[in-house]
Amino acid sequence: MNKTAVKMTVNGQAVEGKAEPRLLLIHFLRDELGLTGPHVGCETSHCGACTVDLDGKSVKSCTVFAVQAEGANITTVEGMANADGSLSALQEGFMQEHGLQCGYCTPGMIMRAHRLLQENPNPSEAEIRMGIAGNLCRCTGYQNIVKAVRYAADKLNGQREAAE
Amino acid sequence: MIPGAFEYHRPGSVDEAVTLLTQHGDEGRVVAGGHSLIPMMKLRLAVPTHLIDLGSVADLKDIKAVGPVIEIGAMTTQHDLIASDLLAGACPILREVALTIADPQVRYCGTVGGNVANGDPGNDMPAVMQCLDASFLLRGPKGDRQVTARAFYEAAYFTARADDEILTSISIPAPATGHGYAYEKLKRKVGDYAIAAAAVVLTMEGGTCKNAAVALTNVGDTPIYVEAAGTSLVGTPVDDGVIAKAVAAAKAAAQPAADMRGPKEYRAHAAGVMVDRAIKRALARAKG
Ligand SMILES: Cc1cc2nc3c(=O)[nH]c(=O)nc-3n(C[C@H](O)[C@H](O)[C@H](O)COP(=O)(O)OP(=O)(O)OC[C@H]3O[C@@H](n4cnc5c(N)ncnc54)[C@H](O)[C@@H]3O)c2cc1C
Ligand code: FES
Ligand code: FES
Repeated sequence: MNKTAVKMTVNGQAVEGKAEPRLLLIHFLRDELGLTGPHVGCETSHCGACTVDLDGKSVKSCTVFAVQAEGANITTVEGMANADGSLSALQEGFMQEHGLQCGYCTPGMIMRAHRLLQENPNPSEAEIRMGIAGNLCRCTGYQNIVKAVRYAADKLNGQREAAE
Repeated sequence: MIPGAFEYHRPGSVDEAVTLLTQHGDEGRVVAGGHSLIPMMKLRLAVPTHLIDLGSVADLKDIKAVGPVIEIGAMTTQHDLIASDLLAGACPILREVALTIADPQVRYCGTVGGNVANGDPGNDMPAVMQCLDASFLLRGPKGDRQVTARAFYEAAYFTARADDEILTSISIPAPATGHGYAYEKLKRKVGDYAIAAAAVVLTMEGGTCKNAAVALTNVGDTPIYVEAAGTSLVGTPVDDGVIAKAVAAAKAAAQPAADMRGPKEYRAHAAGVMVDRAIKRALARAKG
């Protein structure tokens, strides 16, 4: 099958690549663009390791064709650090609260938590748990991931208050 | 987990999509949110050679009240249903059921049209649409036609929709103000299809049930509208004795298969328990 040109914005940069229509977005990001932050975990739409932000939605990039993302605005974990290169509040939270062990689920967790905090800047513990229900972690038991998200929420809310 | 090769089409209108479907016959398939179809394509259980993406078709993504009817565009996502103020007021069972479907990522993509058109007995929306007596608007090469949710499902993955038709919207007669509703779903974990689930919508007036509808998810080849369960409640105060009759009617209608979610007897029993809980919760919510 012929490859078609696909254009999208990834982590703020306009990118262009060639994709067979059946190429999944996860493979486009990893193999064409070299962005290996999004991980392939289950390949069956269950684990969330491949989660990226696509036009303001958290999506499992193993369940979207690259051609469907034509013109989309995508953020992967590679685009999460602050402009000066320092860690974002969420990344810092995962570090401070020990929110990862092997780290395999972490890029997906961070991208999902990022969107969750955009929609709900002050989530309760239950809301965090339901909010990351599509992301599986085999190591941590989730407790510290929940704390990491809460850490980021507190830090971002503090920054917002200070700015007001 | 690589799907078979296909040609990708991105029509801008429903009519263009219908033309493509007509041209490609059996080989063509529309994709909406893709969260049932793409997993099937990865397993090569579906191998369309022409994929027609409805993602750029305008006008299929809104929720509006047209007189006493709620109209929901086929491409409205489960996330949109949860966020809709209109539905929260006029038809809150849709939010309740959407929240039991999969996980946040899947709900951002999965559409209500895809969920009802798919024909998988595990999908949660079809039974709820039967309970609400919704109708599906289909557009094909010969024009538009409407099919009720109660008449739409024929067997697993077989529906009244012809291969060259597209489901464009869902019409729901708005349930009466003050109605009670509940969707009870037993599942093994977040993101799982139901072991058994039940939808109930009822209206009470002066302590007496004026109308009631009950439908079941994933305990048969199709969703099951259990008319006898609804009628056994009507004209009664919905006390425990009457609820037991409705539960018995639902269990008799359930025809679950044994699978990794449990043996037949267990799933039929679970269907009864879901109906019992759903009626009681709907009753507690009903005003009048
Ligand atoms: C991990 C996971 C868990 C899930 N859990 C649940 C669950 O608990 N309950 C549940 O109900 N669902 C569940 N789903 C399925 C999910 O809700 C799907 O999104 C939904 O069933 C289909 O909607 P879609 O828009 O993704 O359709 P698609 O996958 O795009 O399409 C599904 C089918 O319907 C056809 N179709 C789609 N739209 C139209 C249209 N407008 N006209 C004609 N035909 C059309 C397609 O050709 C295809 O055959 C789950 C999915 C995943 C990946
Ligand atoms: S790899 Fe996409 S959900 Fe697991
Ligand atoms: S840290 Fe190992 S899977 Fe989550």
